Amino acid sequence: MSQNLSELRVGETACITALRVTGEMRRRLQDLGLVEGTQIQCALKSPSGDPAAYQVRGATIALRREDARNILVQ
Amino acid sequence: MSDSVAREARLIALGGNPNVGKSTIFNSLTGLKQHTGNWPGKTVSGARGEYRYLRRAYTLVDLPGTYSLAARSAEEEVARDFLMSGNADAVVIVCDATCLERSLRLVYQAMEITPRVIVCVNLLDEARKKGIVLDLTALERVLGLPVTGVSARSGEGLEGLTELIRKLTENEIAPAPIHASAACGTQYAETGDPQDQIARTLVAAAEKAAQAAMLTPPCHSACERERRADALLTGRFTGIPLMLLLLCGLFWLTLTGANAPSRALSAVLFRGQDVLYDWMGQLHAAGWLRDVLVLGVYRTLAWVVSVMLPPMAIFFPLFTILEDFGYLPRVAFTLDRCFCRAKACGKQALTMCMVSITLLYAPAYGDMLAIHLYGGNQTADEQTPCL
Repeated sequence: MSQNLSELRVGETACITALRVTGEMRRRLQDLGLVEGTQIQCALKSPSGDPAAYQVRGATIALRREDARNILVQ
Repeated sequence: MSDSVAREARLIALGGNPNVGKSTIFNSLTGLKQHTGNWPGKTVSGARGEYRYLRRAYTLVDLPGTYSLAARSAEEEVARDFLMSGNADAVVIVCDATCLERSLRLVYQAMEITPRVIVCVNLLDEARKKGIVLDLTALERVLGLPVTGVSARSGEGLEGLTELIRKLTENEIAPAPIHASAACGTQYAETGDPQDQIARTLVAAAEKAAQAAMLTPPCHSACERERRADALLTGRFTGIPLMLLLLCGLFWLTLTGANAPSRALSAVLFRGQDVLYDWMGQLHAAGWLRDVLVLGVYRTLAWVVSVMLPPMAIFFPLFTILEDFGYLPRVAFTLDRCFCRAKACGKQALTMCMVSITLLYAPAYGDMLAIHLYGGNQTADEQTPCL
């Protein structure tokens, strides 16, 4: 059952299975600790729903929906 | 060991993630003996300062805050280039005790470039508030680097840091860094993306090191409080109204609070203008010179100071208080969507706030310009802008 990160609802936790993006964005995500096997939890959604804030490796980071769509989780 | 002051100052680089308190440490150590400017050829600002410790001079360079040294942005390029240049006698990476794992990723990257790294764990007071207890000795063992803890805001631990810097630059201690690949026991495979492998190793090493250092994880109640505040500040129905309330409140405080000081300041300064005018008359100065210096230079200066100084003196401290509370990222988060539609990004909302306060005074500038161009024999009272 594979979904992407943007489908996660507030409070839900998932595990990252793949990054469906290459190049600079991939490196940036990896810099933030988003690699395969990382636990990620959706902490907040902004009033418009995009971006959303995620708890990952002890930090809260905000990701836009277009970027979260490329992170596969389960 | 000779008693004389060493003639050469040691160069120490100060690096770390953004918002870990690098500048606080930098300012605490260098005081006023610093100057800021841009890195040559870049739009990234940096600071360089000096301090003395035990009769030796140290030059401290404040590198821009980065999450990585991979040189993908101007800040990362500046930080990496400086570290790779080998000019620094020691590198201090400032870490956030409340977010240690993220900070350690940068430490592992720094140790790839140079072994002369000191790990300075800052924000220990913030960590204590959240119930986090760290074992810095264990961290030292895992990293193979000297580690020290500070709370830069209170000054706690700064002496320990300067002492550690001295020991490293005088070769009294020799760090033996344990690199990420060694820490994880990974062997890079020949197949697969090398960058991916490196990233995964880095993340795994930082995770292991942070776990080794964490004696007590953050307590649940502190996290809950933050979550509840965030839900309120960025909630669908409460987020934008609260934001408008806070920001408009800020502007209102600035505008009303600045009125009386502006009036008082302009009264004093314009009285000074009259005094100066008469004095120059008594000196029989040339009419044109008197007009240029008093009615031109001095009056403009007096006007700008009395109009702009009080509101700036109110607005920026209040804005900084909002920043200290961590509210500003929530503003950027809330407004990002509409800023993206305008091909900008949420961060620019904050720049807009700071610029707006100046724009609100545009009518006062218009007034001033009109008086200068079309004549002004108004008294000091009439010249004061009222809002």
